[in-house]
This record gives sequence, C-alpha cells and structure tokens, in this order.
Amino acid sequence: MDPILQVQNLVVKFNTLEGVVNAVNGVSYAAEPGKTLGIVGESGCGKSVSVLSIMGLIPDPPGKIVAGKILFKGENLLELDNQQLESIRGSRIGMVFQDPMTSLNPVLTIGRQIREAMTLHLGISREEARTRSLELLSLMGIPNPEERFDDYPHQFSGGMRQRVMIAMALSCSPDILIADEPTTALDVTIQAQILELTKRLQHELGMSIIWITHDLAVIAELADRVVVMYAGFIVEEANVYDLFNDPRHPYTLALLNSLPSVDQSRAHERLATIPGSPPDGIATFAGCPLAPRCHFAVGRCLHQNPGLEYIGSDHKAACWVDIQTGKEL
Amino acid sequence: METTANLKGLPSLEGIEAPPLTFFQLVWLRFKRHKMAVFGIVVLILLILYSTLGALFFTEADANITDTSIRLSPPSAEHPFGTDPIGRDILARTIFGGQISLMIGFVAVLVEVFIGVLIGAIAGYFGGVIDNILMRFTEAMFNVPQLPLLLVLGKVLADKVPPITIIGREFSGSVVVIIGVIGLTSWMGLARIVRANFLSLKEQEFVTAAHCIGTGNASIIFAHILPNTMAPIIVNATLGVAYAIINEAYVSFLGVGVLPPTATWGNMLNGAYRYIDSAPWLWIFPGLFIVLTVLSINFIGDGLRDALDPHALIDLN
Repeated sequence: MDPILQVQNLVVKFNTLEGVVNAVNGVSYAAEPGKTLGIVGESGCGKSVSVLSIMGLIPDPPGKIVAGKILFKGENLLELDNQQLESIRGSRIGMVFQDPMTSLNPVLTIGRQIREAMTLHLGISREEARTRSLELLSLMGIPNPEERFDDYPHQFSGGMRQRVMIAMALSCSPDILIADEPTTALDVTIQAQILELTKRLQHELGMSIIWITHDLAVIAELADRVVVMYAGFIVEEANVYDLFNDPRHPYTLALLNSLPSVDQSRAHERLATIPGSPPDGIATFAGCPLAPRCHFAVGRCLHQNPGLEYIGSDHKAACWVDIQTGKEL
Repeated sequence: METTANLKGLPSLEGIEAPPLTFFQLVWLRFKRHKMAVFGIVVLILLILYSTLGALFFTEADANITDTSIRLSPPSAEHPFGTDPIGRDILARTIFGGQISLMIGFVAVLVEVFIGVLIGAIAGYFGGVIDNILMRFTEAMFNVPQLPLLLVLGKVLADKVPPITIIGREFSGSVVVIIGVIGLTSWMGLARIVRANFLSLKEQEFVTAAHCIGTGNASIIFAHILPNTMAPIIVNATLGVAYAIINEAYVSFLGVGVLPPTATWGNMLNGAYRYIDSAPWLWIFPGLFIVLTVLSINFIGDGLRDALDPHALIDLN
C-alpha cells in the first residue's frame, strides 16, 4: 500500500547563540494507511522537530529546514504556502501534543475549541459543528458531553483534556494523526485508557498514526512499525516484533535493557542505564554519535558514521558492529 | 450513583452540587472585597446618572442662557449651585459639562485601546522586523509631548473640525479634536504591555495547537491570544479614563480645550481662578465632580487590578 506520508532525507538545523544545532540529520520514514508508526528516542533526539516540520511549525528563525521532502499523498508539504498548509493542518493531518494542561486555551470553552477546526475546514454551521462535537466527545468517552460542552479547560482532568485534544485533532476525520508524546504527562491508568481509545479509533476510522514517545512499553502496545532515533539520526527501523525480539543497534538494545522488568528473577537487579548523555547537536563529530556511550564501539566508530542499512528483508540498522557476535560487520 | 445513595437512605446530590463559578463571577467576588473600589463604582454610576438623567430636567439651552443681571449669584433655591460671571446656571452646566467630560474620557480610551492593542498585538505576535518597526514607532510617539500638542492642536484645529451629532446632541469640533489627540498620544504604554504579553503567550502550547487545526493568524491573535491578556488591558483602560478626563480639564482650564459655550467640567474652571475668594461656588462644584470622578475611577482600577490578578493577596477582613 502506498504510504500516506513520507518524510525523505529531512535535515533541520537551528541557529543559536552557541552555534548551529543539527536537530535532524537526514531522516526518512513513512506512515501507511491504517498503521501506526512509532518514533522512539530520548529527549532532544529530534523526534518532535521532525513531526513539527511536517506541520510546518518549525519556528523560523531560528529553525530552518535545510533539505529533504515531506510528501503527503504525493504532494511536497515544504513547497506549499502558508494558506495551503492551513487548509491541510487540522483537516487532513491532526496533531495531539504532550501536555494537555497547556495545549487547550484556558479562556475559551472546550466546545468553542472543538468546533473551530470543523467550522474552518468543513464549511458547516455552528449548530452542525456543535452536534458533531457532541458526537466526538461521546466517542472519546467523555460522560455528559452536553453538560461539559460549555465548560472551560480548568474544569477537566488531565486525561479528559487529552481526550478533548484528540477529539479536536480527529474532528475533520484526518488521514493521519500525529501524536507527540500524548500520554507522557498522564498517569499510567489514564495512559492505558488513552491507548485503548486510540486503538479503537484507529480501527473505526482507519487513519494512519505517527506516535512519538520515549516509552517503549507504549510502542509495544500500539505500533506496527518502529523508528528509533538518536541525536537526529535514525539508528534502527523495524516492525515492532523484530525490534523487541531482535534489536540490532546497541542503542535499541540499551533502551530495552533499561526497562524495568516484572520478571521475579531479575527483580533485585539494578536497572541498567546508558552511561553519559546524548550529544548537544552543536559539535560536529565524524564518527557514530553513540560511539562515546557504546559498549560495542570499535575503532571505526570514532571516525566514520555508519549509514542506515538493510540487515534483514524488513529491518534496517546503522551500526558497524553485529551486536550478537560483537564483531565488526 | 443516585440509586446507591437512595438505598443507603442518603439524600441525593441533586441541588447540593454548586456549579463552578465563571471567570466574571470570580472576579466580582474578589472585587467586592475591595471596599474603596465598590465605593468608586457606586460614585461613578451616580455621576453618570447625574449627567444623563439631569438632562431630563434641563435642556442644553438652559445651560447656555446668559443673564448678566444675575451674574455671580451665590447658591440659592433657584440656582442651587449659583451662577457664573455671565449668569449661566452652574447646576445645568455641570450636568451637560459632565456628559462631555465623561464622554471624552471614555471615547479617548476607546481610541487608545484600539490603537494600543492593535499595535502591541501585531508587534508581539509577528516579531522580527515588524516588531522592530512598530516598537521604534511606539518609542518615537513616547517622545511626542502630549500637553503642548493638545494645546496647539486644540487651538489650531478646533474651528476647522465640523461639529458632529451623537444621540441627539451636537458636539463641537473641539471635543473631537481633544478626543483624537488624547487617544492618539496615550496608547503607547498599553501597546508595550500587550506586546510583552503576546511575546510570552505566543510560545504557549495552545497557540501551537491552534496552528495545528489550521487556524489563521488573525484568528489566533484576536480569538485565541487576546482573551488571555484582557486583564491588563481592562485595568489600563480604566485608569486611562481618569487620565483622559484630567487632561481634558487641564487644557480646557487653560482655555484652549473644549470651547465655550459647550460646557465641560474643565472649562468651567477657566476664569474661576479670578473669583477664588469671592465666588467659590464657581470652582467648588466642577472641581468636586472632577475629583470624585478621577478618584472613583482610580479606585475601580486598583480594585480590578487586584481582582483580575489570581496571585494577588486580598485581605479577607
């Protein structure tokens, strides 16, 4: 099936006082209809920047999309003007943010905010938009939508607000939903509810989802395909089963090892961590960006950055070393 | 839920649950605690009623009748506030003068808020070159001395601007000039406040979220960000009314503001200084009205500032 959205060789840089930050360095991924693409990585690895580029929301200055293409149904979003982008944002592509506490306008009722995208894009009257908003709210599992419609965001709990955000993003039945760590700010029970809800909605509406997170457990629950990012590079890409069963990049392996286990035999072990911290993106380093933190690093890693290569029919990784044998490839 | 409550013989929650307060209910609750501000509101409403309902008992012609035979007569049953040096009734003049003074205060502030909000919002939202140009312009405007400008323009333009009629009352050109000059020279502080608030609000996630549903810039500025910065605008505008009234009184007192025979509280003081001892009623009544108005508006402004600021500590006693 043709992907709905393709990001190709995207390069994004930020000009700061300390120097140029290379936030995203030639990243490519694709979202297929009805499937969920997970993007994993620690803070500052370029996950959010790459999806904000899709929405055309990189603040410029200081940000700049230097190279690459973002193809949405074959059309390069980077070549559209602001007006054309506005007609796609919210109607064809929906987005949900990390913090539901700050992503709703505190002085407007939630009804007013849900209605907005529909009156903007669908050309329907306020009354119709209200009826559809109420349907959406009940679809999101919000009790008494009629009564809650004219409430303000502060009258909602975090989980309820995130449901409202998802309702807003889905109000025009977009082809693709981009979710930027939408469950990070929520507690685990609410997180589970939101994941359940998302899976149900995807099943009912058949949309494509790009789900950004640093939580591998969420990825395991939701994603069909996973992209692992580190320092603005994609270091591994695979379907979700291969990634968990057969990680091929030292960083993916380290991430999996740092998950707490419910297994009794490992319960008393100290949780594994990844030594050091990720590069700040300013210093240019010829080698693999993970090399200083990597147990497997060999001489070559320090002066040559491995490209993302197929290592199986459907599995790509960027590493000079076969981590199963510890030998250089 | 209800059935469990009934089974246990407990009263249902119906009627006990209070709906949450709206923003304005909350502000009113806090405002009420500010005794002086409530006093200010009462006085201001009385003053507005005085100058509007007063027109039911007198006509503007009554306020302008000159009768030198009763010039400078002290307060009496027939002329409760006395008469001025050419025999006009001061009570009637304070009524019609009040209309002009209050109107100048409110309309000048409308002009001020319109310009200040527009410039501040656009500068803060777009930033960059636009911000730079608008803020340099704002700083340049700060350097325009307001009072000399009022004096000069009041004198030069007063008879060139045609009178206008609003709700059945004719206002002379000098009133329009005063409103224009006060409005055009006092928006800069407000523009800076609005810009500063926009600078921080535009970085908020809900603005990004609004972009994400395809909302245009104009709608983001006026429908999404502006309502978040209403509090400082309201406070600033309130205090601006008092400032405009004072300014009008000042230039009218010097004889170049609103020109007679149109009365304002300010130009009623013009000439009264010659009779400070001999005919105090000339300045006591218009002066009292100016002081009461400005004082009550300032109290209201203070009260609003505290009521609109969620962090303000209000003495519960």
